[in-house]
Amino acid sequence: MRVNEHAITAAVILGLIALPVWALIMDEPFTITLVTRAVILALAAVGLNIVLGIGGLVSFGHAVFFGIGGYAMGILAYHAQTYTTLELGMLSTGGTKFMPVIWLVAMVVSAFVAGCIGLLSLRTSGVYFIMITLAFGQMFYYFAISWAQYGGEDGLSIYIRNDFPGLNTLVPIQFFAICLALLCLVLFLMARLQSSVFGLALNATRQSAIRAETVGLNPMRLRLLAFVLSGAVTGLAGALFADLNRFVSPTMFSWQLSGELIVLIIIGGVGRLMGPVIGACVFVTLEHVLGGLTEFWHIYLGVILLCIVLFARGGIVGLLTGKEGAHV
Amino acid sequence: MSEPVLATHNLVKTFGALTATDKVSLDVRAGEIHAVIGPNGAGKSTLIQQICGGVRPDQGRVALLGQDISDLGTQARAKAGIGRTFQISELAMEDTVLQNVMLGAIGAAGNVWRFWKPALNVQSLTEQADAALARVGLSAQRDTICAKLSHGQRRQLEVAIALTLQPKVFIMDEPMAGLGTEGSKIMTEFLDDLRAQAPILLVEHDMDAVFALADRISVLVYGKVIATGSAAEIRSSKAVRDAYLGSDA
Amino acid sequence: MSTILVIEQILNGLQFGVMLFLMAAGLTLIFGVMGLINLAHGSLYMVGAFSAAAVAGLTGSFFLGLIAALAAAALAGALIEMVVIRRLYKAAHLDQVLATFALILIFSEGTRWIFGSFPLFLDIPDMLSGPVTLPGGIQYPLYRLTLIVIGLVVAIGLWALIERTRLGIQIRAGENDREMIAALGVDISKLYTIVFALGAALAGLAGGLVGAIQSVQVGMGEPVLILAFVVIVIGGIGSIRGAFIGALLVGLTDTLGGVFLPELFKLFMETGAAQKSGSAIASMGIYILMGIVLVWRPTGLFGARA
Repeated sequence: MRVNEHAITAAVILGLIALPVWALIMDEPFTITLVTRAVILALAAVGLNIVLGIGGLVSFGHAVFFGIGGYAMGILAYHAQTYTTLELGMLSTGGTKFMPVIWLVAMVVSAFVAGCIGLLSLRTSGVYFIMITLAFGQMFYYFAISWAQYGGEDGLSIYIRNDFPGLNTLVPIQFFAICLALLCLVLFLMARLQSSVFGLALNATRQSAIRAETVGLNPMRLRLLAFVLSGAVTGLAGALFADLNRFVSPTMFSWQLSGELIVLIIIGGVGRLMGPVIGACVFVTLEHVLGGLTEFWHIYLGVILLCIVLFARGGIVGLLTGKEGAHV
Repeated sequence: MSEPVLATHNLVKTFGALTATDKVSLDVRAGEIHAVIGPNGAGKSTLIQQICGGVRPDQGRVALLGQDISDLGTQARAKAGIGRTFQISELAMEDTVLQNVMLGAIGAAGNVWRFWKPALNVQSLTEQADAALARVGLSAQRDTICAKLSHGQRRQLEVAIALTLQPKVFIMDEPMAGLGTEGSKIMTEFLDDLRAQAPILLVEHDMDAVFALADRISVLVYGKVIATGSAAEIRSSKAVRDAYLGSDA
Repeated sequence: MSTILVIEQILNGLQFGVMLFLMAAGLTLIFGVMGLINLAHGSLYMVGAFSAAAVAGLTGSFFLGLIAALAAAALAGALIEMVVIRRLYKAAHLDQVLATFALILIFSEGTRWIFGSFPLFLDIPDMLSGPVTLPGGIQYPLYRLTLIVIGLVVAIGLWALIERTRLGIQIRAGENDREMIAALGVDISKLYTIVFALGAALAGLAGGLVGAIQSVQVGMGEPVLILAFVVIVIGGIGSIRGAFIGALLVGLTDTLGGVFLPELFKLFMETGAAQKSGSAIASMGIYILMGIVLVWRPTGLFGARA
């Protein structure tokens, strides 16, 4: 079977609209929440796919940005709900419950941190890069645990979901619509990025950094920008995830989450536009179905993952289109 | 006589006990093809690496048009005007031939920070790339995935990418390898014309091509240049016969 | 702040460091010889700890438990090497990461399935319990001192193994030139299994030893694994010496930072705030150390050139 990649994109997006609408009609709000979770994880993985799929950099620390997005939401909303001020040196603010501002802050802070981590970790490559990103992830995890002001190990609860003008965000389908709209927007931008001059250069750098240097391009700068963009997108997803749960805790920084984001991409297909989206849908379905059958569903996830790595390197998109995924 | 386009001065590089290049000084002048020949392990690859920036010499300098480029990295040397082709292809194997050549055009244009317009719709880049492909005779393979090219075609693609850079000097590492008789002939004619655009430092094993093309030939043995001269001088040099041609022929 | 406290904390740091060394040595050896990044190394540490706790619980003998830890981890290591890992030696790093991540999931959930979610406890044997008085009148737990000694003995033993034995020659040859040792008639796949099992045994030993001072639970291995990665990044991949120095640096930085940074902050902050920010910064200490080493030497203190 050989399916066109555009057809896959269209089918997945339609499915993501149809399922919650069906759930709405059947009055199954939990299904809507489940799909929302998949959409947000997909967004996080789309971010990771910029560095992993196009850039060929195995970042095992993307939970950092997911967590930063989560805490950006948590801290801003916490100050807004407790009517306390947040002092940031020169700047002091009362926090905010306004989603677009929260998203902007989440993305800017994530991008900044990605820039710092990128500057250090991109000095190396290969296995070093994997270990260093993993280590920085752990650094943020422990920092969040010891950050008593914002709940430490217990995390922060935000009692009311943040506001978006014109919508009641506490209605599951309306919050879902926000998340899906953002995912579609980012996917569109991602498609542009992938085929742009920058995308072409980054993709070529993954395949041969020496080639890029020989034509006068600087691989470090290309990768650093990719890392920053990637961090910003994953940060945005983190802010949405925290809003979905109305809760943020250090587990958003955990290394397991970084691993799961990579797994999503692998299930779907590395470097493919819809790879992370399909991967996230499959992952959330597995989590729900297998998790309902057995407490130890991670064993099955492990076995599935092993099989994909050893036997089906293109992921689901690869199986459908008959093409292998990007080699990383 | 005018200043050489490219010159190396006493390049020394050792790896442990092995001396890969031993005080190598040679130059490439405008309009010429300067071939470097020598048995395997003579230090040709290390020499190229030192010229292009992949390996830092222990001693010695590299100058391009009189400017010292010894302290520049690979990327900066490419920008300064060194156009290199690889012996073992360094290509984006998953990409099309056109995309590979466009990479050269992107590097030459110097503006990679374009995020919106699809690269394949940027006319200035595709035109340059297509022109380069036409010159090396790869237009028919324009949309082929690079991994599906024959070894010879990859050599041609390497040259096409270098062309888009419009370098001051070409550094070519065995462009004839894998081309076959007919392909070598075409490549030989092509390089013959190319030297008018920019001089070529040619490392090559195909002796027919070398003797047909080279204005000057340097013979590298165990890291040392044992002779430099015209094709006729090299043919008649006793030192070369003893050290290299004698053992090989 | 007394000298006794400082010495005590230095000893704690050393103890932590040598246990990290046991983990990092295996990881770096496996990377150096086979070119493999093994995330499941933390699982082998956990296997060691659980085996030690289970066998010691059954037999009442700590030492039998320790032997079980070594044996079980080595066995588990050899098993996964033969079933999964050997298919990954030539694979991309991403595949190695994913497959060994999958192994973590299988090991962790499998252990939870067998032993349940509650932590097990492993008691320090009587003959090693209680404090010992060091020169200068410092009281220090005998067991922790024993850990330091065991760690140092293993470090010396490993050095001797690699420098002085036939297996060591083969290992060093494997790091330099794989074709060469195959050409010399060494059974390379057997060598790889042995190296992997050796690394696993070291991790299992660390797990068993540390199990007596920490609770034995699922997920205990990965934080140690990541610290071992920090050690390797600092020391340089493939270098046992680098792993040793890196492990001691990390152990000392983490232990001393946690104790002394809050004290330091108290000099210019009020006590509560100093305690909070001091321990927050201290939790980042080793990563800051790693960052400094990366800026200074991207391939680590004893790493090969990139």
